[in-house]
Amino acid sequence: MNFQTTIGLEVHVELKTNSKIYSPSPVDFGDQPNANTNVIDWGYPGVLPTLNKGVVRDGIMAGLALHAQIAHRMHFDRKNYFYPDNPKAYQITQSDTPIAHDGWIEIEVDGKKKKIGIEEMHIEEDAGKNTHTSKYSYVDLNRQGTPLIEIVSKPDIASPEEAVAYLEALRQRIQFTGISDVKMEEGSMRVDTNISIRPVGSDKFGTKTEMKNINSFNYVRKALAFEEKRHQQVLMSGGHIAQETRRYDEPTGTTISMRTKEGTDDYRYFPEPDLPPVEVSDEWIKKIESEMPEMPGERRKHYVDDLGLSDYDAMVLTQTKEMSDFFEEAVKDGGDPKRVANYLMNDVNSYLNDKHIDLPDTKLTPANLAGMVKLIDDGTISSKMAKKVFKGILAGEEPQAYAKEHGLVQLSDPAQLQPIVDDVLANNEQSIEDFKNGKDRAVGYLMGQIMKQTRGKANPQVVTQLLMKSLKAK
Amino acid sequence: MMASKITAQEVEHVAELAKLEFSKDELAEFTTQLGSIIDMFEDLTEEHTEGVEPMTSATDRVNVMREDKAVKAPKEETDALLKNVPDEDGGYIRVPVIIDESEDGEE
Repeated sequence: MNFQTTIGLEVHVELKTNSKIYSPSPVDFGDQPNANTNVIDWGYPGVLPTLNKGVVRDGIMAGLALHAQIAHRMHFDRKNYFYPDNPKAYQITQSDTPIAHDGWIEIEVDGKKKKIGIEEMHIEEDAGKNTHTSKYSYVDLNRQGTPLIEIVSKPDIASPEEAVAYLEALRQRIQFTGISDVKMEEGSMRVDTNISIRPVGSDKFGTKTEMKNINSFNYVRKALAFEEKRHQQVLMSGGHIAQETRRYDEPTGTTISMRTKEGTDDYRYFPEPDLPPVEVSDEWIKKIESEMPEMPGERRKHYVDDLGLSDYDAMVLTQTKEMSDFFEEAVKDGGDPKRVANYLMNDVNSYLNDKHIDLPDTKLTPANLAGMVKLIDDGTISSKMAKKVFKGILAGEEPQAYAKEHGLVQLSDPAQLQPIVDDVLANNEQSIEDFKNGKDRAVGYLMGQIMKQTRGKANPQVVTQLLMKSLKAK
Repeated sequence: MMASKITAQEVEHVAELAKLEFSKDELAEFTTQLGSIIDMFEDLTEEHTEGVEPMTSATDRVNVMREDKAVKAPKEETDALLKNVPDEDGGYIRVPVIIDESEDGEE
């Protein structure tokens, strides 16, 4: 029997606002435990939440980036559950009236393009963080109240590969809006999956299983592929799939059924009485739309059409907003687009990969990269010298000063070079003879001698010109 | 006594969600009491609400929002909050170990 797979994804994205969604505490959980909390975050009796306007704005921006309809009127809902990292014993979220609905993003798998629908997107608060030892659990509420958006896909995803393509496209679009870092490894992007299979042609969905908090795209693909196969094997052997939450076990590459918690589905949602409803005007939506940074697709078009880059270069440079912003800054600072692109894609990227760091973790600035590229273009430094200057600018040095300080400046002045050329020719009469007899190798030898005399600093182009002229005059 | 609007099983289930444990006698008592409370709310059904939009807030206000500006609570406030914690360790709230495979609870 042939099966078809249906996957739905729920993605939580942490917003980079200054303050929390319902309290003015700073969003910063690298601080001392519980230092960035106040009575509202702790859910003290009598306190009232106030909605952060920045979160609504970011939510609208995310909705627009995902081609979704923005709600013109919305309210919040209470989702009730007990857990030590949730001091109010409820989460303020949106259930009835999500901030955006009915969006889509485009993915590409094996050269085939496909639109994946987005059911809805809502804003809500994150919980605190628990750390466990064998005897106690430790609760830090700094993360409590951090704004999240949850993006719920339609069940349009047909394979684990499509699921990863969707996550990549989603991450890229959200990242380019600038509202979140969307880093799986840091928890600012978290993925829950739903998967079911059904015989091809059947119009009834199969029973689905859920997996929560898978922490890398690679594991999402592996976990879904494992579940897909497991569902097939169970159904083929006449069994039935239990609707349950499973956990991906990284060491074994399998999924494991989690203890089912009775009654946890019973969240007793009701409208949040402490927050008045929000009305979003068309003017506000238009304003946010006008503030929207260019999306990767638009940037790629600009790079190819206006800056003369190849499609491939444009694609690599728009993988992350950091890289794309850096490239645009360096071009603005006067760096030749192609040369800047080549440096970013080769030298810079391999450095980042080697060190396992991101661009902002380095001391490299767009101005310094542009500065170095200009030094190459105007012949001040050779491409060989550039390798050394590159090390300098990686360490935050200003390229011109660094080149000068380390003697990395080409000799390009003909008045300085001519005596050296003359000197070398005077000492190598045999080579002049060879040249006259049509032995081109003689030129290379003479060049080498001149470079040796100048300890590699002579500008090869200028030297070639001077040398040829002198040889022909002999 | 008229038939209760809520069963003992429902009360038990809600109690469990609220992490409460009742004795048999308490369960019977609360079932009766909760039944009466629901009866009282039933009076509301006598109101004609046709064409009235559901209300989610007790005031007529909309768009009560604050600008996204961070204000860190003074140290006295966080100190006081931690002082009220039954068990504190190095700035953390210490609780009995949570035996649960999901690390971060619900979202």
